[in-house]
Amino acid sequence: MIDTLLYQILLVPVVAAAGIVLGLLYKGIDRVLAARMQARVGPPVTQPFRDVKKLLIKENIVPENAVKWLFSLMPVIALSASIVILLYLPLGGMGPLLHGHGDLILVLYMLIFPSLALVLGGFASGSPYATVGAQREMVTMLSYEFPLAITAVSIAWLLSIANPGLAVFSLGIISGNPVWSLVGPAGFAGLALLFVTLLLVMPGELGSVPFDVAEAETEIAAGVLVEYSGRNLALFYLADAVKTIVLGAIVIALFLPWGISGPLGLPGMMGTLADGLFFLVKLFGVIFAGSIFIRVAVARLRITQVVKAYWGYATLIALIGLLLISIDIVLW
Amino acid sequence: MSKVKPGTGRKACSSDSFTLSIGPVHPALKEPVRFNCEILGEKVTRVDFELSQVHRGIEWIGTRRNPVQILYLAERICGICNISHSLAFCRAVESVAGIEVPARAQYIRTIIAELERIHSHILWAGIAAHEIGFDSVLHYTWRVRERVLDIIEYLTGNRITKAMLMIGGVRRDIAEKQYPRIREAMNYYNRYFDKLKKIFLADPIIKARTRDTGILSKADGLGLCVVGPTARASGIKKDVRQDEPYAAYPDLDVRAITPDEITGEIRGDVYDRIAVRLLEVRQSAKMIEKCLRQMPAGKIAYEEKVPKLLADLRGAEGEGIGRHEAPRGEVFHYVKMVGEASPFSWKVRAPTYNNLLSWIPMLLGEQIADIPIVAASTDPCMSCTNRAVITDSGERKVLGQDMLHKLSVRKTSELRRRLGK
Repeated sequence: MIDTLLYQILLVPVVAAAGIVLGLLYKGIDRVLAARMQARVGPPVTQPFRDVKKLLIKENIVPENAVKWLFSLMPVIALSASIVILLYLPLGGMGPLLHGHGDLILVLYMLIFPSLALVLGGFASGSPYATVGAQREMVTMLSYEFPLAITAVSIAWLLSIANPGLAVFSLGIISGNPVWSLVGPAGFAGLALLFVTLLLVMPGELGSVPFDVAEAETEIAAGVLVEYSGRNLALFYLADAVKTIVLGAIVIALFLPWGISGPLGLPGMMGTLADGLFFLVKLFGVIFAGSIFIRVAVARLRITQVVKAYWGYATLIALIGLLLISIDIVLW
Repeated sequence: MSKVKPGTGRKACSSDSFTLSIGPVHPALKEPVRFNCEILGEKVTRVDFELSQVHRGIEWIGTRRNPVQILYLAERICGICNISHSLAFCRAVESVAGIEVPARAQYIRTIIAELERIHSHILWAGIAAHEIGFDSVLHYTWRVRERVLDIIEYLTGNRITKAMLMIGGVRRDIAEKQYPRIREAMNYYNRYFDKLKKIFLADPIIKARTRDTGILSKADGLGLCVVGPTARASGIKKDVRQDEPYAAYPDLDVRAITPDEITGEIRGDVYDRIAVRLLEVRQSAKMIEKCLRQMPAGKIAYEEKVPKLLADLRGAEGEGIGRHEAPRGEVFHYVKMVGEASPFSWKVRAPTYNNLLSWIPMLLGEQIADIPIVAASTDPCMSCTNRAVITDSGERKVLGQDMLHKLSVRKTSELRRRLGK
């Protein structure tokens, strides 16, 4: 018991640091790849690290008419909440660090925290741009929660039918039982649709094009973040980087949980290492499909269109997925 | 309805409307103008804008220079429309001095002006894509634009500010051996027209953002005297090249392009404005090809020696106007000469001036998200437009009609006295 606790306490800073470094690295890769797809050269991969370094030495300005404590607190909450979610997720060969202390439901709730921090920070900045941005962030949040919830619940439901008596919301259990092997053709199609839904939710969660309405640079000049600068902006930036990893890890845990140590027959440390590397590859694949590719391929939507896209199309896709899975279960 | 001033945004989440001011410095605006919008939720319920943030007094400087020197100034009224302004100015001075421009020079002027239009429209298309967050299209269109800049550099020695025109003609000839490269570039644009059309007119998200956004009805357009692609997109078949052909345009049989040629209907929205500009790129490319085929031989300037030209111009007396269909619409220059080295008066009216007020009917009822793309859809050029600013010990004042009338009466009597009438 004490050993486990010690192990957890020691690993928390490691996971946090890894989350931040990986998040920034993936941001760098994102920028280079997006640039190449747009026929540009793009910055070096290390650019996000330099950006953070620069922001940390810049002046941290708090507007006069801001609610100062709220304004300064929110970046900290955003980053810490993003890191805490990471502790609940299975990462590569490693099970969730806080296994048994929280499950998928908790993670879904925790996911609201960084967005909520943005909203509150925006309202607290006392700028009309930030206010518009905060309202939009709130509406976006409300829009993507529903398809996200359908996806999570469908997976858990499928697992509970297949393995009665399991703690089906536990992420350790979900990633231990790949859902694809539990279903027939109809269910497979259903799961594929849910997978697509989750990839559609990703840009909304990350606030990237086409769902970057809350920060829309050309409309409301970075919206919620308009008044943030220096250290506070760096914290939001890091929170965003970590959240990218978090979302990738959730998608992997739900839909792509396989490791390669088993098939390759690698034992012990080698196996863990191989799984870890394979996890990074999967993470790249998910982030590429759910964020980089989408953001390069489309334009920004209006807020009304964002709501329609999530409540209409994404929810519809998710519901059809759920329906196909239920048909599969009934037939099975 | 209470008004919340900018900076007190926290109250904005109530059901009351609030004021959102966009500009004069804002990422969506390439030049300073300030929009004051009354917003209810995300909807624009009232809109007004403030100009005169980039007045440079160019006309005043011009009345202290000779016409050839003014050409340099005219080229710098606007970065993109440098040929448009200098062409309009040349035409105004030529009409005062009764100078006839040789046919070959007319053709070269036309080619350069149309190259400028291709450049301007493609540049605009990229900006429009950027305004709706489609940066990939921005980079793509600007890469396509490089080709025309290469040609402009090849012909004039400069990429943007072409310095090609001279009163009574042009400065540089286009040699026969340069034709193939121009033709090749025009083929490139003919080929890429389909691709640009697919990108801008078939993309579902661009369509969702621009269809039925910022509608300007034909009646409103006529009432507000809009010009250029903004007018044509609303179905007003208006084009100086068609209505009052000049330069080589009489030989080219230009007709005003309306969006129904490609979409089958006229709605006067942002989408239609994109369609018109894309069609005009193709039209310009075809016109340049035709110019190259028909180009007559001969002189390229009425008088190549500048001192002699200036001596001729010094003797000129009278008023003249020069009109040209710039990429944004009709540009208008008025020049009055009284037999002195520099003109007595020079007045510029840029197309954006006519198109500004169309923002109000376009923006009313739209969302905040539409303000940048709708404002950009008229392709506004503030530096062109800003012709006056009233300052009084550093403070800005707004003058009413009475005061303006009084001031103009005073100015007129002053001018009369100076003229000795």
